[in-house]
Amino acid sequence: MSIEFKSEEMTINMGPHHPSTHGVLRLIVKIDGEVIRHVEPVIGYLHRSIERLAQDRNYFMYFPVVDRVDYVSIIAAEWPMVMAVEKIGGIEVPERAEYIRVITAELTRIMSHLFWLGTFMLDLGSTTVIMYALREREKIVDLMEELTGQRMMFNYLRYGGVNADVPEGWLQKVKGFCDYFLRMIDEYEILINKNPIFISRVKDIGIIPKEMVSKYGACGPILRGSGVKYDVRKDEPYSVYDRFDFDIPVGEKGDTFDRYVVRMEEMRQSVRILKQAVDQIPPGPCLKKKLSFSFKIPAGDAYCQVEAPRGNMGVYLMSNGTNTAARVKYRTPSYANMQILPHVLKDAFLSDIMAIFGSFDVILPEVDR
Amino acid sequence: MEVLLKIYEGILSLIPFEPVRNGIGLIVPTLSIASMVLGVVFLLIWWERRLIAFIQVRLGPNRLGPAGLFQSFADALKVMLKEDIVPKDADQILFSLAPVLVFVPGLLVYSLVPVGNGMVVSNVGSGLLLFFSISSLTTLGIMMAGWSSNNKYSLMGGIRAVAQAISYEIPLLLSLVGIILLTGSLSIVDIVEKQDIWNIIKQPIAFFIFFTCSLSEVNRIPFDLPEAESELVSGYNTEYSGFKFAMFFLAEYINTFTLGALCTVLFFGGWRFPFDSYLGEVGMQLSNQLGLVWFFVKTMFFFSIVIWIRGTLPRVRPDQLMAFAWKYLLPLALVNILVTTLLAAYGFGVFSR
Repeated sequence: MSIEFKSEEMTINMGPHHPSTHGVLRLIVKIDGEVIRHVEPVIGYLHRSIERLAQDRNYFMYFPVVDRVDYVSIIAAEWPMVMAVEKIGGIEVPERAEYIRVITAELTRIMSHLFWLGTFMLDLGSTTVIMYALREREKIVDLMEELTGQRMMFNYLRYGGVNADVPEGWLQKVKGFCDYFLRMIDEYEILINKNPIFISRVKDIGIIPKEMVSKYGACGPILRGSGVKYDVRKDEPYSVYDRFDFDIPVGEKGDTFDRYVVRMEEMRQSVRILKQAVDQIPPGPCLKKKLSFSFKIPAGDAYCQVEAPRGNMGVYLMSNGTNTAARVKYRTPSYANMQILPHVLKDAFLSDIMAIFGSFDVILPEVDR
Repeated sequence: MEVLLKIYEGILSLIPFEPVRNGIGLIVPTLSIASMVLGVVFLLIWWERRLIAFIQVRLGPNRLGPAGLFQSFADALKVMLKEDIVPKDADQILFSLAPVLVFVPGLLVYSLVPVGNGMVVSNVGSGLLLFFSISSLTTLGIMMAGWSSNNKYSLMGGIRAVAQAISYEIPLLLSLVGIILLTGSLSIVDIVEKQDIWNIIKQPIAFFIFFTCSLSEVNRIPFDLPEAESELVSGYNTEYSGFKFAMFFLAEYINTFTLGALCTVLFFGGWRFPFDSYLGEVGMQLSNQLGLVWFFVKTMFFFSIVIWIRGTLPRVRPDQLMAFAWKYLLPLALVNILVTTLLAAYGFGVFSR
């Protein structure tokens, strides 16, 4: 005798206002009990037409808007834009400015990864790590405030350099932070790494095979977590990154745990770069020539990309010879990474949504622009 | 404490008519226990928020009153003044009944817990069994809340709560069989009185199982799946607001306090001072006169451990939760019973009755 249980799929609408979709992502989830059968991400709730705004404003007026593309790692959003304008306009960047850019970019990378660590653990139900992570993030925010006058939307890079030279003693403070921060990473790992519940939640969950990542154009820690050794800073070096000695951490099988390990190791590598940059930084000007408010760049186009905390952040800029861009297109890492989500979430448990989605480190403003 | 009891009994004996005397003799202790628990809950909420803030390197409530002690009262006032919303398509009766069904058993079980020498509302012969019969009613309330809200998150929370309660109640009760064997009684008062040596020394494994299962029963991290906010928004109480929500909220704290009280009573000698029977007259006096203090200190210790766990661990996954109960805790509890039975039967050392 056999009894057949008829089960019905239930559709759950997660978001756009859900505590852990990190903004306004909407997931239409079909579940069978606790098992996910189908996931459909719906995006566009945070669209601010940042690309269109570039066609209305001149380059200077547009620049503060760029910060809003990725408000968690701001410099990474600013950098490709200035690089594209400098490339088309042939604007020279002083060496000191390049070093300051590297330092700020690595600081914001640590900022972003810390924020990720906190929210990721919060998604898993651990409420303490976010407080520790924000404690260290606060120190970086203070440093950036001293440098740029802003705590969030720095608006610091300029076409042809940076806004202002570093204040006196600032570089020493960065160095002090590096030493302090290395101790703190160890502290996190004591709290997290040997926690059996954490390990059982993230090990062998959300495995992304090597073939799949390259098929979907995923980038950043997701790509490296799956074992592909690719980093824009190493493979297509920009700025002065070829002068630093650092490693690219890679994962083994591409599960959620590997992505966690990769990000933790990336923070250590960022500290390594920071230390070298602070030691090597040359004296000199940090903005060769102050450009006029409505400067023009010749007609042409350029694509520039940097390694943002979430992967390749690129800008395709088309100029028609006026002081306003003809077209700006962002290639944002979260958008590319999000495409894998439905495939990874299939046949996972409902609770895994937040573990896997959290490990993707998706920032919604970057997806929608 | 004994003096207070004597005064109370003296006043009671002044009442001439016996049915009235019996009635008052039931009402007064019940009310005093209920008000004590409710008063303690406000302290507990403040303590949890301060301790978790200490763990998380922040301050916690510190504005209202000394060290923020009155914060809970302000919160209670706020929650009572809020609009009580009932969703349009909700099952009105069940929706209103659910918080009561969660709240009342939580208070009711305190009539069975001895908080001091002779300070128990009713010393029932099979108190332990009655205790768990009452406290498992809470699950029904949670299920009702989940079902009647007409919300998918609530429903998932309710389903998870029931699945969790069913799985964990079995090892929970089995872990106590050892104690019942050693005590020879189901009465909670008897269990406390026979603990010349605390039960934790005789039954350490049982305590581990009991504590884990209790954590699950009261839906605390790492087992707070029915109200996992990162997945189910707020779980079974998503649609609740105002005083109905406050009842769920208070019930959670009362239940957590019950967890601590049970650990104290069953494993750590209840109201008794440590090793009081070996300290002679002094120990006995300490236990009898200050029983309430020892009970409270021990209970707060276990409550603090629950908060500590909340500050440290992430949440488990439902399937891991089930696997943990059925694959590890249940066999462990059975082995514990077997070993305890053998030891008790052959009367080894402390295990002799």
